[in-house]
Amino acid sequence: MSGISFLPARRPVPGVFVALTLVLAIGWLVVEIDGGQLFNQSTTVSLLHVAAGLGLVAVGQTLVILGGSLDLSVAYVLSLSTLVAAETMNGRDGALLPAIGLALTVSAGVGLLNGLLVTKLRINAFIATLGVGLLLKGYLDNGYDGPAGSTAPSLVQTLGYQRVGPVPLSFVLLVVVTGAVWFTLSRTRFGHHLVAIGGDPEVARLSGVRNDRVLVTAHVLCALCAGLAGIYLASRLGSGAPRVGTEGLYDLESIAAVVIGGTALAGGRGGVIGTVGGVVLLASIDAIFNQLEVDAFFKQVIRGAIIIAAVAIYARRALRKADS
Amino acid sequence: MQTVQRAPMPLRILRSRAGGVLPILAILAVLLVLVAVRQPDFLAPPSLLSFLGRSAPIILLAAGQYFVIVSGEFDLSVGSLVTAQVVVAARLIDSDPSRTWPVVAVLLVGGAFVGLVNGLVTTRLRVPSFITTLGMFLILVGAVYLWSDGAPKGGLSEEFRRFGRRAFEDVPVLGRVPYALVVLLVVAALAVLLMRSDFGRTLVAVGDNPRTAELSGVPVWRTRTIAFVLSGLAAAVAAILLGGYSGVSFQAGAGLEFGAITAVVLGGVALGGGRGSVVGAMLGALTLELLFTLMNFYGVSGALRSTVQGAIILIAVAVSGLRFSSR
Amino acid sequence: MAALAAVTLLSLVGCATDEPAATPSGTASEAAGAGTGEQSKFFVQADYDNELALLAAAPTGPADKPWEQALNPTMVDTAKFKKPGPYKICFSNAGLNNPWRQVGFKTMQAEVEAQKSRIKEFVHVDAEGKDQKQIADINDLLGKGCSALIVSPNTTATLTPAVEAACSAGLPVVVFDRGVNTKCPVTFINPIGGYGFGHVGAEFVSQKMKPGGKVLALRILPGVDVLETRWSAAKVAFDKAKVDVVGVEFTDGDPAKTKKIVNDYLQRYGTIDGVWMDAGAVAVAAVEAFQDAGKPVPPINGEDQLDFLKIWKDKNLTAIAPTYPTYQWRTPIIAALRILDGQQVASPWKLPQPTVTRENLDSYLDPNMPPLHYAMCGCTDLPGYPQRWK
Repeated sequence: MSGISFLPARRPVPGVFVALTLVLAIGWLVVEIDGGQLFNQSTTVSLLHVAAGLGLVAVGQTLVILGGSLDLSVAYVLSLSTLVAAETMNGRDGALLPAIGLALTVSAGVGLLNGLLVTKLRINAFIATLGVGLLLKGYLDNGYDGPAGSTAPSLVQTLGYQRVGPVPLSFVLLVVVTGAVWFTLSRTRFGHHLVAIGGDPEVARLSGVRNDRVLVTAHVLCALCAGLAGIYLASRLGSGAPRVGTEGLYDLESIAAVVIGGTALAGGRGGVIGTVGGVVLLASIDAIFNQLEVDAFFKQVIRGAIIIAAVAIYARRALRKADS
Repeated sequence: MQTVQRAPMPLRILRSRAGGVLPILAILAVLLVLVAVRQPDFLAPPSLLSFLGRSAPIILLAAGQYFVIVSGEFDLSVGSLVTAQVVVAARLIDSDPSRTWPVVAVLLVGGAFVGLVNGLVTTRLRVPSFITTLGMFLILVGAVYLWSDGAPKGGLSEEFRRFGRRAFEDVPVLGRVPYALVVLLVVAALAVLLMRSDFGRTLVAVGDNPRTAELSGVPVWRTRTIAFVLSGLAAAVAAILLGGYSGVSFQAGAGLEFGAITAVVLGGVALGGGRGSVVGAMLGALTLELLFTLMNFYGVSGALRSTVQGAIILIAVAVSGLRFSSR
Repeated sequence: MAALAAVTLLSLVGCATDEPAATPSGTASEAAGAGTGEQSKFFVQADYDNELALLAAAPTGPADKPWEQALNPTMVDTAKFKKPGPYKICFSNAGLNNPWRQVGFKTMQAEVEAQKSRIKEFVHVDAEGKDQKQIADINDLLGKGCSALIVSPNTTATLTPAVEAACSAGLPVVVFDRGVNTKCPVTFINPIGGYGFGHVGAEFVSQKMKPGGKVLALRILPGVDVLETRWSAAKVAFDKAKVDVVGVEFTDGDPAKTKKIVNDYLQRYGTIDGVWMDAGAVAVAAVEAFQDAGKPVPPINGEDQLDFLKIWKDKNLTAIAPTYPTYQWRTPIIAALRILDGQQVASPWKLPQPTVTRENLDSYLDPNMPPLHYAMCGCTDLPGYPQRWK
């Protein structure tokens, strides 16, 4: 433990929140001029629901990216988790807990596989998780003709549709998970080690960190988050859906959210709060464009530009900091 | 894990002589034997040459991706670039044969330009190439849909399509030699020559250790930018051949970026840069294509294919990775 | 090596334990499947029988406007939704991510324009092919004071709760294209459906090819409900005709992949005597693969996309084009206005699903329209034709 002081970089206000405020202010104004309303109840609820699904995945993704790794299999893990959960429940409230347990166990198993491939077999994370994604894709394609299973009604009513004021329960779940991960990163040995590995694996190893074990844990946690997102989506959709993860582009979008949130893709720098900011930013852009009925393809162009611009700004800041 | 280290014995012997290319040659040989057992006539010149011709686009993309990867970066935008180029070509040509050559020129310039933007944003604005090219991917796909209103318009001329679809007929001994194969051989020769030149050595040095390269006077950013331009050019050539082979479609380039990166890694090139050869990268792509054909010949169920593909990629990369670590 | 294989295997086995035991849901699927594999879990015999019966049914309604016709309609009363106009019509769209949906949506927009005296506002939200976004979209639309809500669901099962929520908000809901597992919408509009599509193509191919010949089935993607029904009906037809289906392959809608698959199958079997497809997107690529290999193009089915109709005519192919007409995008607007008028509407509203055959090919082939336009758009009388669709 001693000798490692790579605490997550602390910034007074992460840039993403400045961007978020700006986007919301401008969006509100433009939507208002257009004759619409951005902050009405139904729009806010929709926005937070979209953010909750992507957010859970992105929070997990933050962990592996902080450690200098990556997980491209999350979209498939998420789909698999919706199916495991919904099929085990099969519409019965009684099977709720076993189903959630099983879905999380299966997800954790995939995360373990990812972690072992990356650490023990030294396969680059990009290829390893892409390969595991293909394995899962084959399993899903072969085993499922379409949505299957049925989520327990009590879960649909709570996690799927319940809300406190304008805040859906699922978003509360995201906040709780984010809090837990934040605590883990900033207050536990595992968190400090993970960031150290992401910063410089050799230095970390020399200072006594067991890199492999830490990275495997990060991969398991990442897959658990994707599994949790799957359970949420199963409760939202009412059944398991074999294509929901890939259709939602959860793999690339989660990485984009992490990076927009200020975490360095190379690892070692960043944090989970910024990631949630990035997720809410992406969801807000979605909501604003929805209100304005902007063409989906135009939206994609803007998205691409925002991702590049956000990271370019971070890079500038980092450079300036290095200069001063 | 001990079993793991013992297994690739033959590969280790091979490696001692020639480095990176031999493992992929071994895998390729195994696949070829499997194909020959099932479908001996596949190895007859006409069918083999036509197979090489239709594989040319992905092999070219792998070569382009190699330049970027060996210099320590990524290019995720090539698939969307291919799609964009094919759709743009169809709309610009609009079935008018006289526009074929000007449009070919436009595509090459466009590919180089996209590569240049990728390169400059990555090197000058210091955006990680994963993000630059992911953003470029989103922008290109969105822009091309937007520009064409959601459905490709126009059409490719027969003159344009012949590069990817037609062949030199009645060649002695060989029979039929696809134009695409000729293009491939020329580009491959250029790529090998390039990697043997000073620039090639600089590129590898930059990927191996940018700081050392910088200190020894190499303009790292310029070298990497050129690598992106080369990747963009390769994508343009691939788009011309692919558009010719199968016509215009929004699916033309879908997933090719992952295919190309996988091929490069299969070919023994290390992600992160500095190691591997362009020949290995191209052989990696050939191996992936042969695997696809092999599954057609053996009748592997369509839905299970990605599992087979994933398993083979993981196993192949794990084997070559262990060879490094046991050194 | 072994360790990796073991881990891989373990993880797969671990996943496999929760796969439900295959439930045989159809009785017709018992026939000795000659390479067609197991019947889909989604195959429903009653629906299949119903759709095949509808293929022969005579529609009611104006003969020159198939989008207003209905097959064996059961009318429902809508007096409780009656309301003075002009209206605000809201539309939650699954996506615009393929040419079929593009053509359809343009047709719908043109229909809105044609009815602009009665529609003061048309709100369109695109879910971009994402279930969870569409659920959020529907919820969002409920807060916008829509007079009526039209939904084209991205997936049947998963959109059901959201549509139910919309129904209980009290506004009339019209669902079209894919359905939902609830009776709460006022009506569900679609043509005959996937079983009809798959059956027509498979019957044609198995009748026209030499007896006992080899068929290659080309599908787009696994796990998409509308496409699954097409294949499951084709499977029944092929099994019954004792056709040898040598391969069922997925093309991802990628023409290059299609050509490679066809090419390899030609090499493997020497000849292919028939090609069946679950959608027309790569029909031209399949035809080209035969041409490039110097083989005659066998009996084949495509769809009503103009590139296929053109190559069919030019090369005088033995072909057929079952359709899933894009004119169904007009009907929801018409239905919504009738409902808001308090008029009775058919529920479910089954539209006719014509087939393009050699006999009527010329009437659908318009060389001036773009190659990926769908001939069955029923849009020639709408404002902005043909420019809007070009």
